[in-house]
Amino acid sequence: MATATVARGAGTEVLSPASEDEAIAAFGDGAGVTILAGGTIVVPEMTYGYLKPERVLMLGSAGLTGVARNGSRTTIGAMTSVQDLVELAAPLGPCAANVADREIRAQATAGGNLCAPVGRDAPRGDLQAAFLALDAQVRSAGAGGERTDSVEDFLADKDGRLVLDISFEEPAAGGFARLDRPHTHDYSALTVCVGRLADGSTRIAVAGVDGPAVRLPSAEAKADDPAAAAEAAAQDVTFADDALASAWYRERTLPVLIRQALSELQEAV
Amino acid sequence: MKLAVNGVEHELSSPPLTPLLYVLREELGITSPKAGCQQGGCGSCTVLVGGEPRRSCLLPAAALDGAEITTLEGLGSPEALSPIQTAFHERYAAQCGFCTSGMVLAAHAYLEGGGGSERESIQDALAGHICRCTGYVKIIDAVSAAAGGDITSNQRWLPQPGEEAPVEVPGAPA
Repeated sequence: MATATVARGAGTEVLSPASEDEAIAAFGDGAGVTILAGGTIVVPEMTYGYLKPERVLMLGSAGLTGVARNGSRTTIGAMTSVQDLVELAAPLGPCAANVADREIRAQATAGGNLCAPVGRDAPRGDLQAAFLALDAQVRSAGAGGERTDSVEDFLADKDGRLVLDISFEEPAAGGFARLDRPHTHDYSALTVCVGRLADGSTRIAVAGVDGPAVRLPSAEAKADDPAAAAEAAAQDVTFADDALASAWYRERTLPVLIRQALSELQEAV
Repeated sequence: MKLAVNGVEHELSSPPLTPLLYVLREELGITSPKAGCQQGGCGSCTVLVGGEPRRSCLLPAAALDGAEITTLEGLGSPEALSPIQTAFHERYAAQCGFCTSGMVLAAHAYLEGGGGSERESIQDALAGHICRCTGYVKIIDAVSAAAGGDITSNQRWLPQPGEEAPVEVPGAPA
């Protein structure tokens, strides 16, 4: 049998694959499977009784970790900790460093953050914005087999997929700006990531909106003029309105963050 | 599932997805890790897993098979406090005590990792830990003192059976 069943407890079957191949086989088409990567989201959901999974796929022994560089391409295993990303170049490094605190970052994973659903009272998944700004590709398994999608396509249809790794070409420059958090345990109310790609194009993405992170094409079209880009940004977004910040506040601070991130980008080029 | 806690091997009977916090407190009776927010936000349940500080409320037992856990009980004893425990005592870094075991373990890991006495890096290391008494200044003082070696080593702070209290309490009967 490819996958060891650790034990049954509290009515849940626990699968603990020991390799990528075993993880893909155990995940199958994903039906009825809850993936437990770092556990920083899933475990409290179970503790508080919001989540009662039939089968849990624990990825801690499946490998899928590490940051690999091959020429100009960087590949990040899905189980790489967020802490292991903080030294990377902008926008990913500073975006990762802005997630929670050291202990949580050491446990939370790149794949988990990418797949983080919007929380009950706050948005999650800041790294989505960084991966969007980097034009990253997501390799995943699930129904229909393995496939590689752009981050946009993946975020639009991420349910039922097991992320294996995330890869991107080194950007020419990057920028990052976010609303400050009152405390490290807060999610960021708004996070902006920008990337100047090798072909000279500029991508701008924002997390903390209503749903997964999104690109801001109207702002991207005016990326050479930070003030104009900032003014154009809001038309591409539906703002979250939650316990962290009102939609009113987010709408008024997004232009400030766009200007900051684009200025950082221009200085870095 | 096997788990070594403070050097003692245990065979666990908790269901595999039970967070380590409840394994420690409810199955093994080790109560220094505190159940605060129970969702990773407060740091009062932090223990050392292989020497690294981790929130025990977020770690399912099945992810820890064979791991080595250190709780506050494994750090020192009243007869021989660890340097960070001595520093917390000498610098009055504990108030109600609820956050203390998590703070002490995170600070211990910080010192073991070669952390220095600069307040900013101590704040970064302890950023996930909430003290609702807001005793942060003295907590950071204590870690800074321990990092700088500015403490008395192995100070005894409890009288042993048959001994008098080491300090005179004003107004106490002679």
